[in-house]
Amino acid sequence: MRVMAQIAMVMNLDKCIGCHTCSVTCKQAWTNRDGMEYVWFNNVETRPGQGYPRRYEDQEKWRGGWELNKKGALKLKNGGRIKALLEIFSNPKLPEIKDYYEPWTYEYKNLTDAPLGDDYPVAEPRSLISGKPMKIEWSSNWDDNLGGATEHGDLDPMVAKTREKAAEKVKFAFEQTFMFYLPRICEHCLNPACVASCPSGAMYKREEDGIVLVDQDSCRGWRKCVTGCPYKKVYFNHRTGKAEKCTMCYPRLEVGLPTVCSETCVGRLRYLGVILYDADKVTEAASVKDDKALYEAQLGVFLDPEDPEVRREAERAGIEYDWIEAARRSPVHALISTYKVALPLHPEYRTMPMVWYIPPLSPVVDALSETGHDGEDLDNLFGAIDTLRIPLEYLAEIFTAGDVGPVRASLEKLAAMRAHMRAINLGDRPDSSVADAVGMSGREIEEMHRLLAVAKYEDRYVIPTAAVGDAQRLEESALPDSCSLDFEGGPGAGGDGPFGQDSGRKQLPLVTVENFHTLRDRQTADEQPSAAEKDNTL
Amino acid sequence: MRTLLWGVIPYVVLVLLAAGLAWRYRYDKFGWTTRSSQVYESKLLNIASPMFHYGILFVLVGHLVGLFVPESWTEKAGVSEHTYHLFSLYGGTAAGVLLVLGIALLLYRRRTNAPVFRATTANDKLMYLVLFAAIVLGMVAKLTHASGEGYNYRESMAPWARSLFTLQPDTDRMAGVPVMYQIHAVVGMALFALIPFTRLVHMFSAPVQYLFRPYVVYRSRDPRRVGARPERRGWEKTGS
Repeated sequence: MRVMAQIAMVMNLDKCIGCHTCSVTCKQAWTNRDGMEYVWFNNVETRPGQGYPRRYEDQEKWRGGWELNKKGALKLKNGGRIKALLEIFSNPKLPEIKDYYEPWTYEYKNLTDAPLGDDYPVAEPRSLISGKPMKIEWSSNWDDNLGGATEHGDLDPMVAKTREKAAEKVKFAFEQTFMFYLPRICEHCLNPACVASCPSGAMYKREEDGIVLVDQDSCRGWRKCVTGCPYKKVYFNHRTGKAEKCTMCYPRLEVGLPTVCSETCVGRLRYLGVILYDADKVTEAASVKDDKALYEAQLGVFLDPEDPEVRREAERAGIEYDWIEAARRSPVHALISTYKVALPLHPEYRTMPMVWYIPPLSPVVDALSETGHDGEDLDNLFGAIDTLRIPLEYLAEIFTAGDVGPVRASLEKLAAMRAHMRAINLGDRPDSSVADAVGMSGREIEEMHRLLAVAKYEDRYVIPTAAVGDAQRLEESALPDSCSLDFEGGPGAGGDGPFGQDSGRKQLPLVTVENFHTLRDRQTADEQPSAAEKDNTL
Repeated sequence: MRTLLWGVIPYVVLVLLAAGLAWRYRYDKFGWTTRSSQVYESKLLNIASPMFHYGILFVLVGHLVGLFVPESWTEKAGVSEHTYHLFSLYGGTAAGVLLVLGIALLLYRRRTNAPVFRATTANDKLMYLVLFAAIVLGMVAKLTHASGEGYNYRESMAPWARSLFTLQPDTDRMAGVPVMYQIHAVVGMALFALIPFTRLVHMFSAPVQYLFRPYVVYRSRDPRRVGARPERRGWEKTGS
């Protein structure tokens, strides 16, 4: 057993209202730059829909992820190492910007510079790629809210797959269809195909928290990672010529803050926490023969932090105590392994993704309510989950490689939670058969309800900080580097003298906060100085 | 003049190349990239870029053999000068045609595709000029001296090139070399000098190590970036 820790995310799709706040705040924080105009580290897709980039799930075309070779071993779907190097001069499977969308701005000057006249001036759209006037024809969420689904709905690769299996067709007529929102970020996979595809070795998975990053200094712009990632969540910055991707906001996580997308999520549907897993089992689990067994196989890789044996091994592997404790309180671990309501996105890509989703019950409830039935009655819901085969099978194509079982089990738990909590809210005694029907106890259902519906901030985000030492450094950074009066024209203006910081005119504060000896003593000490000792130096 | 061209400039170029590479590696790792334009346009690039790159790799091998394998060695191996000339003429020309076609297509793409042209810097333009000139001049030099036995550069240019590395440049060898060959050599040296300072620098990051490393790379957080400091060399700590 080789225990490793991973910061993982779960999203509760029932609560996503498709407001795109996560996408916008992420864009403002990370991709609001030249060369990244077309890039959304976080995007929200309406499903059924083509996604971003268009039809990225069609792996026969884009060749992302892993597959099994004849001997049953994992190989990159786009081919082995030698093929990758032979194809290094151009990447035949690289999506062009137009597969995402051509970013644009508007000629706002037309509005301000137009002469007085009878016509209203128009701000023409102008391409940010070619600089020329352009016709806006597609964008990252062009088919938002099923826009154009009657025409383009068939282009969703998962709709096509569902059709192959279900006799009934996915319908796009207004009164017959269903939809839900799917927010997507990088999956920070346990078996990342992008990392495996990088010829330069610039992409890596961090040992401490499993975050997958691109080393901007070693990336040489070969673009193999873009092809390798089946979720198409590694992007090529066309100005710098380097790959960039979702960083899981690691500078925030390291100090215990949730990612920007989580922090700003209006529906409070995102959960962040630590998952302990056995790194020795990853390859074996990813090479399971049957696609449908991959979900269970991945569950088998995760370790139970309540198990003392696991805790001991984790400690031996150098995982900090507060990380192990965080793993015990992890909401992500609860939703994935304890309640088993969260499911992975496209396990069939064999990358072992670590951003999981609670499938939406709302399409079922909505359909039920529209027919005049009670959408919170358990029997009605159970029956509806089964009879509304299309949403169920479509969800299964997305979350469990087509296996309806886990999706149904998860939805039934959510349905049972509705029924159970309704009884409590109405002052009735909850019917114990409701909980029994989904194999949970009333208490468990109430705990799950607290996590899913009450969803307190500190329950949703259980993030241990990077290191105790790091925390201390941050504490020190609260002391300003320079004098507060040291601004342009201020009484302390002047900065460092020609002979260094302590030369020339003395500036406030005159107390020695730090000197050579205390610095050296602290840097070479075996132990962290206690708070009292630190105070003495002031 | 001869000493300057063939005795001084080659060393200036070598120094520029080595120092430039070291400087770029030290101060501009972030800029060390192919700066691919494939996301703008893929179809033409998928044909032209492999043509160009495979062509230039073959031409590189040709130059290395021609300049650094002495004539006496091939003679001993039983390859006559005539056979060698024919081989170099046909092989070199085939690779050269591939190369010229490739770069012509790439230049056409770069000029006509608006996004690609927009992403072309002045530095790129200078580099393309010198690169294209070196390639075309090389082809012209070879083909204008192709008749009969052709021009045997292995008796003049090759020994000169080798003498550069023994630090005793034999500039007299370059005396009778046809002008076209001389121009080609000078432009070639200019190209070498440009490598560290243009996007050509990506040739030094051929990712051969990819063949030998494990698929998934793990890295630890940079210890300098967090509070804990790495262990220093010294006696083991007591009591552990």
